[in-house]
Amino acid sequence: MNRHLISAGDLTRDDALLILDTADELAQISDRPIKKLPTLRGRTVVNLFFEDSTRTRISFEAAAKRLSADVINFSAKGSSVAKGESLKDTALTLEAMGADAVIVRHSASGAPQRLAGWVRGTVVNAGDGSHEHPTQALLDSFTIRRHFGRSASSRAGAPGAASPGSASRVPADGALDGLRVTIVGDVLHSRVARSNVLLLHTLGADVTLVAPPTLLPVAVGSWPCSVSYDFDSALPKSDVVMMLRVQQERMNAAYFPSVREYSRRYGLDAARMAQLPDQAIVMHPGPMNRGVEIAAEVADSARSTIVEQVANGVSVRMAVLYLLLGGAEGES
Amino acid sequence: MPAVNHGPGHPGLASSPAPAPASDSPPASSPAPASRKVVLEPEEIRRALTRIAHEILERTDGGAGTVLLGIPTRGVPLAQRLAERIEQVEGRPIPHGSLDITMYRDDLRLRPARALGRTEVPAGGIDGAIVVLVDDVLYSGRTVRAALDALNDLGRPRSVQLAVLIDRGHRELPVRPDYVGKNLPTSKQEVVRVMLTEVDGADAVLLGRADSEGRE
Amino acid sequence: MSETWLIRGARPLGGEPADILIRDGLIDSIGAATAPAGAQAIGADGLIALPGLVDLHTHLREPGREDAETVETGTRAAALGGFTAVHAMANTDPVADTAGVVEQIWRLGRQAGHCDVHPVGAVTVGLGGARLAELGAMADSAARVRVFSDDGKCVSDAVLMRRALEYVKAFDGVIAQHAQEPRLTDGAQLNEGEMSARLGLTGWPAVAEEAIIARDCLLAAHVGSALHICHVSTAGSVEIIRWAKGKGWRVTAEVTPHHLLLTDSLAAGYDPVYKVNPPLRTAADVAALREGLADGTIDCVATDHAPHPVEDKETEWDTAAFGMTGLETALRVVQQAMVDTGLLDWAGVADRMSRRPAVIGRLAGAGGELAPGQPASLTLYDPAARDTVNPATHASRSRNSPFGGMELPGRVVATFLRGIPTVLDGKIA
Repeated sequence: MNRHLISAGDLTRDDALLILDTADELAQISDRPIKKLPTLRGRTVVNLFFEDSTRTRISFEAAAKRLSADVINFSAKGSSVAKGESLKDTALTLEAMGADAVIVRHSASGAPQRLAGWVRGTVVNAGDGSHEHPTQALLDSFTIRRHFGRSASSRAGAPGAASPGSASRVPADGALDGLRVTIVGDVLHSRVARSNVLLLHTLGADVTLVAPPTLLPVAVGSWPCSVSYDFDSALPKSDVVMMLRVQQERMNAAYFPSVREYSRRYGLDAARMAQLPDQAIVMHPGPMNRGVEIAAEVADSARSTIVEQVANGVSVRMAVLYLLLGGAEGES
Repeated sequence: MPAVNHGPGHPGLASSPAPAPASDSPPASSPAPASRKVVLEPEEIRRALTRIAHEILERTDGGAGTVLLGIPTRGVPLAQRLAERIEQVEGRPIPHGSLDITMYRDDLRLRPARALGRTEVPAGGIDGAIVVLVDDVLYSGRTVRAALDALNDLGRPRSVQLAVLIDRGHRELPVRPDYVGKNLPTSKQEVVRVMLTEVDGADAVLLGRADSEGRE
Repeated sequence: MSETWLIRGARPLGGEPADILIRDGLIDSIGAATAPAGAQAIGADGLIALPGLVDLHTHLREPGREDAETVETGTRAAALGGFTAVHAMANTDPVADTAGVVEQIWRLGRQAGHCDVHPVGAVTVGLGGARLAELGAMADSAARVRVFSDDGKCVSDAVLMRRALEYVKAFDGVIAQHAQEPRLTDGAQLNEGEMSARLGLTGWPAVAEEAIIARDCLLAAHVGSALHICHVSTAGSVEIIRWAKGKGWRVTAEVTPHHLLLTDSLAAGYDPVYKVNPPLRTAADVAALREGLADGTIDCVATDHAPHPVEDKETEWDTAAFGMTGLETALRVVQQAMVDTGLLDWAGVADRMSRRPAVIGRLAGAGGELAPGQPASLTLYDPAARDTVNPATHASRSRNSPFGGMELPGRVVATFLRGIPTVLDGKIA
């Protein structure tokens, strides 16, 4: 599995820190006039997006291009897939084109895994159904790490945001031990939640999920995190609050009675934000439903990392592409 | 084929434990095996660096407009030491930092993707500056070529010079050093190991035969 | 035109070796015998002799999906699995909801000649769940339908189920329910539990099966009718059926071979060969099903053989078809899950895979006894054989077996249908 990145659960603590440390270094590229490295010159990266997602696709495209790779964009609409071509046949076409890496987003859980059985190149999961979105979790952890002074640049003595509690709680390898992350929203249908629970746990953070009971999987008790139905009691104990998007269609399937009630009980508004500890940050993977899970003023506040999450996404994806493609093919 | 490490190597994202950070030699606590010979004692290293520092000052008009960039791993503490000596002599600090060249190597595809070293370019940048690259050993010259490519993407220096502690010959590219601590003729079967206190706990330069552990 | 066969040294129902003499389509004698003139002999040393297996639940796909299976290929697969009778489910195209269609299927079975084909009639027109189909006409037809099922779909409307249960009393029919509350399983892909949560697949809760079973047991008791539960898959279902039987109600149940052996952890790689309705469940469910089959709460094993063409299975999980083939591996899986674990002996296998299904299917003159005077429908099975299952060699047109690559014991050596061999030396005769 080390040839692909399909689940955040496949990454050990060391794997994850390697990606984050590498992303740390590569983040400097955005400040240079020449935002390019020659490392993946001559490699072909295919963006295979069966679901619309301009933001993620552009992020991967920027990452690949900054490493000098050739990028081919394939979106399902208006393509042979729309005419009924199967996933397998699409995969075989990519093989014939000599794709070194396929970045795939699909509405069916498990599609990247199936794809990996049909292509020789590297498969990177850009979001599959309700299953996982590992690069999102990585950029979220990257963002948290930077904010709480855990990244190598901060640890080397450069001034950064203060760590909560005593400095002795910061682990030597710059992981997230001791940080309390609360994830709020539609966990049941969220691939971002699944990847984050796995990765944050691997990196040592304490994770709490907050949602109405209808939006939590029946088996959530076996996950490495705590669960609460009460958002307000979780607020003062959170260093990070990560809000998940809630689709209004869920109301029609009786997951919650109305958008108003959901927002009242589980929305992050200014009043709730004021209950957070001083150094706590607010995150959101986007796109946001302003006014539903997050109030506009919270999204635009100083605590919000939503914009920098996007920038961090490019650095993290550069790191992933480099580590998967930049060296010798396959395992040594 | 043994994995030849020039830094912590990881086959993609394998879950193998990361080797000791920022070290590509065995820790200094293990005594130099009998097959290794000490060719430079700590005192000699100290004197060589002092001489190089003075030479730099001579050739850069007192270090004006000059930036020292050490190439990780051991080029970095060497650049640091040179900067300290220069500051002692001239009475004012000289900008220094590090330049990781991993992404510019020409042999990336031969080994698993490696972790990156730190790049820290001083605040003034390198445009119009005399950049002195600092590394521990000059061998094929490919590292320096990669460093020149990296510098190219960072800006436009006025000129680039090269300072190395050891020149062991066997150049594969037209690269020549401006400052050399010691010329050490070697055969290709031999291994040169530089140890520095900041990284390895002690200062020494060792010469030995390549054995089954690879370049160690 | 019938043949005389002497089977030497087989072990009927796993008992002491004996010779079985077959003459004029009947079992002539069991015990030491000398070959009469003109008899063909089979050396059956070490082989178990079982009455011909009866499958209450098979999908032969013809008419309509002949790309997946036909009556010809499906009955070959059945014979190779030791079956002499199969009940062909009604979810064909057109649906088997009229006398005309069931007779067509019945005739196709007779023409193929590899085993008896008993068409199952749909309960509702077009499996639409709205109007009763002409159950009486199907019962009176040449196909003599007695088992009715909307399998593939659940008869979820309580009133319609009540009416169906009542109506079939007139001709000793039985409704076989596919227990799946549709609203609780909307878009469901995999057993609802740890695996589905981890894999991000919509869960299929056990209660969707158990709630329907409980309701239908109570309905059957209330109107005094017989009820058969298809492919029981959860521990809770077994408990409910045990309770219902304890009350003396006329409830029977079947379990598939795959539910006796496989769990939902196999879905980890998202390979849709493991996608089936009802879904694979947990190890606790497998244990309860085995116990239920052993103590008779579950009456029989039925394969739910569900062939699908490659393109319907070689996709992402969500869009793949539900179903697994099973005719050719059924007896081997039962040996692995029940006999080799000591839960059931060969006499028990004969009961669960031949006698009881024949009773439930109301099959006159079939199923179940290896005794002189009985029809010579039997199968010879070598329990000591062992090999790796290779679906590419199966007689079924389809390759979607979840046991591909698995080592299983046993091998069907020969199958006889009323004295005529359909399989000899492991091949179609």
